[in-house]
Amino acid sequence: MIYDIPLLLIVMSLISSVICSFSGDRFSRGLCIFLVSCSLLGNGTLAAHLLSGGQSVYYMMGHFPHPWGNELRLGMTESFMISFFSLVMLLILLGGGRSIREKTEKGRRGYYHALVCLIMGSLTVLCYTNDIFTGYVFIEISTLASAGILFSRGTGRSILASVRYMIFSLVGSGLFMMGLIILYAITGYLLMPELKESVCSLYSSGTYAMPLISSAALLSIGLAVKSGLFPFHIWMSDTYSEAAPASSAILSGLVCKGYIFLLMKIIRDVFGQDVYYGMGMNNVLFVFGVLGVIVGSVSAIREDDIFRMLAFSSACQIGYVYMAAGISPLAGTAAALYQMFAHSAVKPSLFLSSDVLCACRGDSRHFSDLTGAGYSVPLAGIVFTAGALSMIGVPATMGFVSKCLMGGAALAASDIKKYTVLGVIALSTLLNTLYFARTVIRIYTYKDPPRAGRAGTEAQKAFAVPGTVFALLNLSMGIFASFLTRVSEKFAGIL
Amino acid sequence: MKSFREWFRDWDSGRYDLTEMTASSGEAFREDPDSGSSRWARTEVFSIRADVTGTFRKLYPVMSLILCAVIIVFLLYTVEALPPFASADTPANAGEVSLRYNSMALEETGALNVVSGVILDYRAFDTLGESHVLFAAAVAVFILMLEPTKGAGPETLGVSPDTVLEGTARVLGPVIAVFGIYIILNGHLGPGGGFAGGSVLSGAMILIRMTSRGRDGKGLLSMKGYRIITASSLIFYSLAKGYSFWCGANGHETIFSAGEAGRIFSAGLILPLNIAVGAVVACTMYGFYSIFTGGEV
Repeated sequence: MIYDIPLLLIVMSLISSVICSFSGDRFSRGLCIFLVSCSLLGNGTLAAHLLSGGQSVYYMMGHFPHPWGNELRLGMTESFMISFFSLVMLLILLGGGRSIREKTEKGRRGYYHALVCLIMGSLTVLCYTNDIFTGYVFIEISTLASAGILFSRGTGRSILASVRYMIFSLVGSGLFMMGLIILYAITGYLLMPELKESVCSLYSSGTYAMPLISSAALLSIGLAVKSGLFPFHIWMSDTYSEAAPASSAILSGLVCKGYIFLLMKIIRDVFGQDVYYGMGMNNVLFVFGVLGVIVGSVSAIREDDIFRMLAFSSACQIGYVYMAAGISPLAGTAAALYQMFAHSAVKPSLFLSSDVLCACRGDSRHFSDLTGAGYSVPLAGIVFTAGALSMIGVPATMGFVSKCLMGGAALAASDIKKYTVLGVIALSTLLNTLYFARTVIRIYTYKDPPRAGRAGTEAQKAFAVPGTVFALLNLSMGIFASFLTRVSEKFAGIL
Repeated sequence: MKSFREWFRDWDSGRYDLTEMTASSGEAFREDPDSGSSRWARTEVFSIRADVTGTFRKLYPVMSLILCAVIIVFLLYTVEALPPFASADTPANAGEVSLRYNSMALEETGALNVVSGVILDYRAFDTLGESHVLFAAAVAVFILMLEPTKGAGPETLGVSPDTVLEGTARVLGPVIAVFGIYIILNGHLGPGGGFAGGSVLSGAMILIRMTSRGRDGKGLLSMKGYRIITASSLIFYSLAKGYSFWCGANGHETIFSAGEAGRIFSAGLILPLNIAVGAVVACTMYGFYSIFTGGEV
C-alpha cells in the first residue's frame, strides 16, 4: 500500500495540472499548493518507511516487469530526494506568491500553476524512474514547463531570455536523445538493471567501445547543458534576472537539480560507477566543473544587479556539483549529492529574500538602491545573510559541510585532483566572500531612516514563515549534517 | 576595435545573442526603458550587427565550423561502429525485449498492431508522459500568445478567400477527417493510432478553418470546446492508466479484457486510449494553428 504513493502522486499531479489550466487564479494556486503538500507528505512517509529499514522495490507501471514494461524504482535516496524537492517547492510557492502575482498577468496564473504541477510531476518521475526513456519523456515535460513559467512574465526581455533558455535546453534534450538511441542500439534495453548488466559485459569484452563512450558522453553533455554547466551557463544570467523570482527559484533550485540527479542515477544505475569512471568520463565533468566554479565566481563579482549576481553564483555552485562528481566514484558522488541538497535549499531562499529586499526599494535591483534594505525588512535581510553565509561556506551552514566533503573526497584522490580541488575551493571561497560580503555589507549600511514602504512590509509578511523555515533548514542541516551526509553516502554506495 | 577582454566580458554578460546571428535584421526586442511599459520596442542594445566588431564576427563562424566538424567526425566514428542497420541479429532486433514484443504482443495485449501494443500497454507510462508533453507545450503557447482579456493573439493574419482552396477543402476536408478518425479507431488492428490519426484529423480541421475564416471569422472549435475535449481526454487517460498501473503493480487483473483479436472492441484499454490521444493531438495542433494565425482557438 505504501508503495502505491508515488503512482498516486504522479497521476494526481498530471490531473491537477489539467484542472489548473482552466481554473481561476486563486483556485489554481490553492490546488497547486495542495498537490505539493500531498507530495511532501506522501513521499515523506515513503522515505521514512525506507529510512527505517523498509525494503526498496521495483514498482511495475503496468502488467509487465523489467525489461519489458516501464518501472519505478522506489529507493531510499530517491524518495528522500523528492520529499526534499517537495519541501523546497512548497516553500517557494508560499514565499514567492507575491512575485508570481505581480510578475504574471491576471488570468494567466492558472496556466502558470498548471506548469508548476507538471514540473512537480516530472520531478517525481525523474527521481523514481528505473527506465531511461521515461526519464527522457519527463525531461521534455520539465523543459517545456519551465520555459513556460519563464515566458509568463511576458515582457520583451524575459521572452528573449526564455527563448534562449529553451534553445539551450532543447539542444541538451537532443544530445540526450542521441545518447539514448546509441545505447539502445548496442544493448537492446531501456530499463536500468538490464542496461547496467549489458554495459558491464560490453565494457569488459571491449565490443562497441566507441559507441559506448559516445553514448556516455552524449548523455552527460546533454544533461550538463540543461543544468547549466560551464560554458553553457550563459543562459542563466538573463533568464534568472528577467523571470519572476519564484520562477528563477524553481528553475535553479529544482529543475536543474532534477536533471543532475538523473545524471547521477544514470552514472550509478546505467553505466555503473566502475565503467563510467573507468572510461574517464568523470574527468570531462571535473574540468568543466572547475572552469564553471571560477568563471561563475569571477562574473558574479562584476555584477551590480543582485539577481544577475545570484545567477552567476548558481553557475559557480553547479560547477561545484560537477567538480565533486568528477573527483571519485564514492566520496566524490556523496559530496556532489550533498552539494545538490545544499544548493537547492539555499538558492531559492536567496532569490526570494532578494525579491523582498528589492520590493522595499521600489523593485530596483541595483546595489546602490539596496543600501540599508536589511534594516527596512529585517527578516528578509537575515534570511539573505544566512543564505550568503552558506554560499561562502561558513561553518554551521550547509555550504560548509559540502565544501568539507569535497575537500575530504579530494584528499583521497590523485595528486593533480587533490591540489586542483583544494586550490579551487580556496580561491572560490575567497571570490564568493568578495561578492556576498559586499552585498551583505551593502544591505546593512545605515543610510537614512529605514523605510520599508507598503510593498516591502507586505512582501515581508508573506515571506515571514517560508523565509524562516528556509533559514532554519539551512542552519539545522548544516549543524546536524550527519543525517544528510548519510543519505548521500548511501546513494554513492559507501555504506 | 574591441579588445579580447572587452568582448569576453560582453559575451559573458550575455550581450551577444548568438541565436540572433542568422537573423536578417540583427535587431531584437526589449522593454522600453523610458515609458516603463512592457511594450516591445526595437532597440540596438542586443543587436549583433551594431555591436559586434569585425574580429568576433569573423571568429564566431570559424569556431563554430571547427566545433561542428569535430562533432561530425566523432559521431561518424560512432555510427560506423554501431551494429549494421536493418540486420536481424543486432542487440536491438534480436534481444529478449523485441523478441517478446514480436511474439507475445497479440496474446498479452490483444492488439494486432504490435506498435500500439508496445506504446499503449507495455510502455504505456511513456506515452502517458508524451501526451502531457503536448499539453505542456499547449499551455506554454497559451501563456505566450493569449491576451487574457480577449482570448485572442496580438494580431490577426487573414487568409484571403481563395476559390480553388475553398472548393478543394469542401471536397477533401470531410474525407481527410473521416480518414483521420479511421486511423485512430484502427490503431489496435492495423497501422495507425492516436498520434498519427490525430495529426491527420487536425490537418482536416485546419484546412476547413483556413477557408471558412474568410467568411465569419470563427473556427470549428471555441476555447471552451477545446478545453472540454482536451481536459476530459487527458483526465480520462490519466485515471484509466493510473488504475491499470495500480492493478499491474499489485497483481490484480483489470476489468478491461483483451477480447477477441481483430474485433473493433478488443485489446482492452488500447482503443479508448487511442481515441483520447487522438483528440488531444488533433485539438492541440489545431489550437496552435488558430493561435498563431491570431484568432480564438
